[in-house]
Amino acid sequence: MFAPPRPPLDVQVPLWAWRRLGLLLLLIFALPAFAADSVVPASTMPWWFWPLALFATCFLIGIVAVPAGIGGGTLFVPIIGGFFPFHLDFVRGAGLMVALASALAAGPMLLRGGLSSLRLALPLALLASISSIGGALLGLALPASVIQTALGLIVLGIVTLMLVSKKSEFPVVSQPDRLSSALGIHGVFVDGASGRSIDWQVHRTPVGLLLFLAIGVMAGMFGIGAGWANVPALNLLMGAPLKVSAGTSGLVLSLVDSSAAWVYLNRGAVLPMVAVPSVVGMMVGARIGARLLHVLKGSVIRKMVIALLLFAGIRALLKGLGLWV
Amino acid sequence: MTQLPSSHSQDQKADALRYALLLDWGTRIGLISLVISFAAYMFGLLVPHVPLDQLPMVWNQPAKTFLQQTGTPTGWGWVRLAHKGDLSNLIGIALLAGCSIPPLLGLIPLYLKRRDFLYAGICGLITIVLVLAASGLLTGGH
Repeated sequence: MFAPPRPPLDVQVPLWAWRRLGLLLLLIFALPAFAADSVVPASTMPWWFWPLALFATCFLIGIVAVPAGIGGGTLFVPIIGGFFPFHLDFVRGAGLMVALASALAAGPMLLRGGLSSLRLALPLALLASISSIGGALLGLALPASVIQTALGLIVLGIVTLMLVSKKSEFPVVSQPDRLSSALGIHGVFVDGASGRSIDWQVHRTPVGLLLFLAIGVMAGMFGIGAGWANVPALNLLMGAPLKVSAGTSGLVLSLVDSSAAWVYLNRGAVLPMVAVPSVVGMMVGARIGARLLHVLKGSVIRKMVIALLLFAGIRALLKGLGLWV
Repeated sequence: MTQLPSSHSQDQKADALRYALLLDWGTRIGLISLVISFAAYMFGLLVPHVPLDQLPMVWNQPAKTFLQQTGTPTGWGWVRLAHKGDLSNLIGIALLAGCSIPPLLGLIPLYLKRRDFLYAGICGLITIVLVLAASGLLTGGH
């Protein structure tokens, strides 16, 4: 019988597969050019309806965002950008203010409860704050649809990472690295759900610092805060317990988003009619959310994080591609 | 896991309490300012720069177009128009965006007292970054 010759090892992927991959990449990067990116259709509702609707929506987002360990801006931008009549520039500006307000509202409570570590947050926040300014400038220069597409891909990648990882509620860190030892990054927190007192320490600090440099760029560029990236980086990479990661993420967010928010404010992309009802609703909701963080089990928080990130990621990707505008 | 010295935990607790206290007050002042100015804006106590009934015609435009059509300034130019109902809200927003600076400055004496110069320096550097971002010098706001 005739046996077909085996392909050489370096040509294992057929040509048609490369063509399809190329077509897919072309679609991903070309479709945003056709996505609605300029003027949003005007609403037929009276003007006062929208601030009321913003307040109610952000109150609900604030309740779920803090226990999920993500900035409210991550949910705010796709939801408000998708269902409200404001231009994406103002949605992003308000989104950063919302993420900032959410972090500020929860911050004092998390610090007093020992769920947020200053020694862990401050070195990371320094690098991320610097890079977030560059990210914000880049984000305001790029087309919004390209940013939305990239954001969707990044968030879906994080969802995949969290689904693959199994041990993260109390990661085992047998030996802290030299940098974290020198910085004295370790602590104790009392888990409200189990009543246990847990000592924690971190490792891979140099890689963590580099990652937060990149996170800062993304936070400023996308205008959505960075809790969605902070929690996996602190928990899965550096080995901080999940609740300490979620609490410390809020503290890092409050500093990183402040830097990026100033860029949006200076560029006139913060519209009070959009930002203020959103900020007030989010802050009231976040205070309730912070109480839930101390009581809920870590596994429940983890499921909420995955579900919320999945929704936000799909929404951002489809919007960026112009398939769900 | 290793048993931690209690003084380290006590120091961290003291740092956290001071930071939380200052952040809490800064956030409250920013929020109260925001609510008062927004109420004045909504109830017509302060005349807005852009009339409320005309907002739906411009809030769906890109920020650059909005600024051109309404004559709203960039950078800190809004301070000159802070008596206007809509732009008065930027006072509260600026307070919220800047309210992390006092807690950072409040930590520096605690760290210096313990001769923890590294963390005192980190707090100082973050403060400088925030002040530069607010100034608009790095961001082209002026």
